[in-house]
Amino acid sequence: MNGLLEAYAGVAGRQVISQLHQLADHLKGMKVVHVNSTRVGGGVAEILEKLVPLSNELGLDTSWEVISGDDDFYQCTKAMHNALQGHSEPIDQRLLDAYEQTNRDNADKMRSQLEEADFVFIHDPQPAPLFSLCPGRRGLWVWRCHIDASRPFRPVWRYLRHYVSDYNASIFSLPDFAQDLPHPQYIIPPSIDPLSDKNIELPQEEIDEVNEKFGIAPHRPFLLQVSRFDRFKDPVGVIKAYRLSRKFNPDLQLVLAGGTATDDPEGEKVLDEVKTAAGDDPDIKILLLPPDSHRTINALQRAAHIIIQKSIKEGFGLTATEGLWKGKPVIGGDTGGIRLQVINYHTGFLVNSPEGAALRVRYLLHRRDRLEEMGAKSRKFVLENFLLTRHLREYLTLMVGLLHKADYRIELG
Amino acid sequence: MSTDKESNTHPFSIKDCALIAIATGRRAYTLTELRNHIRDVRLDSIYHHFWGGLLGVGFEELEFNNDFANWCRKHLGEPALAEQLSVIDPVEFTDLEGLRRELLDIIDERLDSNEISYFLRSSRAFEFTRSLLVIFDTGRRITLPQELPSILPDLSTGSIFYHFIDARRRLKDGSDDFRFWLSSWGEDYNDLRRRLAGIDPFFSSLSQVREELTRVCSEFLTREAI
Repeated sequence: MNGLLEAYAGVAGRQVISQLHQLADHLKGMKVVHVNSTRVGGGVAEILEKLVPLSNELGLDTSWEVISGDDDFYQCTKAMHNALQGHSEPIDQRLLDAYEQTNRDNADKMRSQLEEADFVFIHDPQPAPLFSLCPGRRGLWVWRCHIDASRPFRPVWRYLRHYVSDYNASIFSLPDFAQDLPHPQYIIPPSIDPLSDKNIELPQEEIDEVNEKFGIAPHRPFLLQVSRFDRFKDPVGVIKAYRLSRKFNPDLQLVLAGGTATDDPEGEKVLDEVKTAAGDDPDIKILLLPPDSHRTINALQRAAHIIIQKSIKEGFGLTATEGLWKGKPVIGGDTGGIRLQVINYHTGFLVNSPEGAALRVRYLLHRRDRLEEMGAKSRKFVLENFLLTRHLREYLTLMVGLLHKADYRIELG
Repeated sequence: MSTDKESNTHPFSIKDCALIAIATGRRAYTLTELRNHIRDVRLDSIYHHFWGGLLGVGFEELEFNNDFANWCRKHLGEPALAEQLSVIDPVEFTDLEGLRRELLDIIDERLDSNEISYFLRSSRAFEFTRSLLVIFDTGRRITLPQELPSILPDLSTGSIFYHFIDARRRLKDGSDDFRFWLSSWGEDYNDLRRRLAGIDPFFSSLSQVREELTRVCSEFLTREAI
């Protein structure tokens, strides 16, 4: 077994790796290309960072390409992202023109590579038009939508649908997100990488150092929300929940740790709103961390008593998965993929308001026995369901299925 | 074990499988919609909502043992109907059309007896999904029943699903691959087959089923050896 696979066998078990080999044997040497719009920041980039080398160790010829564009392009794709999540605002034609032009420019650069590939995975709306811009394609193309598109703003969805409907298949994270498309829509929840800097075990000294660096008192309880400064993550609602909880837990601290992604132009505006809401409360720490702060985030998650992910809309909520993996119960917004991960009284609590979040914070800090018990269950739940190895297995299963045009079951020799 | 029996018996070929869920595009918000989709949906979707959770992403401590019952309880506010749906044992139905009919009969009965059931609406849809099952040969073989206790703990959950759950659909008598194979070894293993039949795969994760299979085989075969 190769190095990377050997390391994963240590976490996920040998049977899991053996299964990956068995499936990959039927895809050996095939050219697979993943395309997204950012190399760093955000869940998609984090998944691809390990999924690609792991696929290569299994014998596939996998590469990862990133499309790049100007400010208008990113404004357009951010608006598309919001629209797919239900934000009812039309997109200016000037931005759509930039979107189309950027895709034409990128297609010129990567056309031959994409047309030669056996499988192309296009992630999210940003590179979606590449399919129609590669008329000489010989492989199978799959559109992977990581966004909660359950109730999209229809005019924007109609525009995008035109680009994705001719793909051979699409992938959504949950059945609720699937749309009316004329091809199979596979359901694959995303995953976390247990061996990445963000999830690997850390020495206690490193956790203590991070606490000290940010002025967090380790003997006092603290809540942590890790997410981009984005309105759909409701950071202002988290501050409200913290203030309500403080009435019963005056020692409580709150850490809002936000990264930035190169494809998110709205981040700064939301950050300002969060700073205003926090005021001069010394027990609220707003941390704007660079995209490579994985070990810092890991340490914060391990030091926190409770993880919050109070999203109003969420594609999947990998920060919730990361929190669960650290053995912490998660108080999560009752939306999207958080519903798949947070099971009331088992792995945390689903909430619909700051008041609901405050109530659950109060419960968990009062019932430390339940907090510990739910934390242990949370880690096991992630081990069995949301590790990268399961994710990769489902990609391989999909590829084998598509290759053999299997509809219901296929028995390989 | 006699040489004659060995010569009449094929090795047990260990398979593995992986499952991926596929959306059908069918959604139900009311009991009537659920009923009509159950009537029309592909049979593999009915199968998926009884068994697919074992191999897919899911939480093992569900209150009820099939997705229909869970949705009626958690989202539709029909606890009595949920209980009625949860007692359906899919193992009893070798024909999936029969299972579909049973679901429809129970829902129709509820609709006939309680007019309010027509007006209940869930804020969360029941999403009908189905699955694609990819089966592959591991290359491993068992030649003697005595090997079972040492091999079973190493089987993947996919292998357990294929041989212990999926087999019920493939075999005419609705049993599983282990019992079917043991039957070719004559009456010596009838007692073991009876004990294996007693393992209830509902309410357990596949890894728990694997532990139970190992325990039953170990106890029986160790006792036989004594």
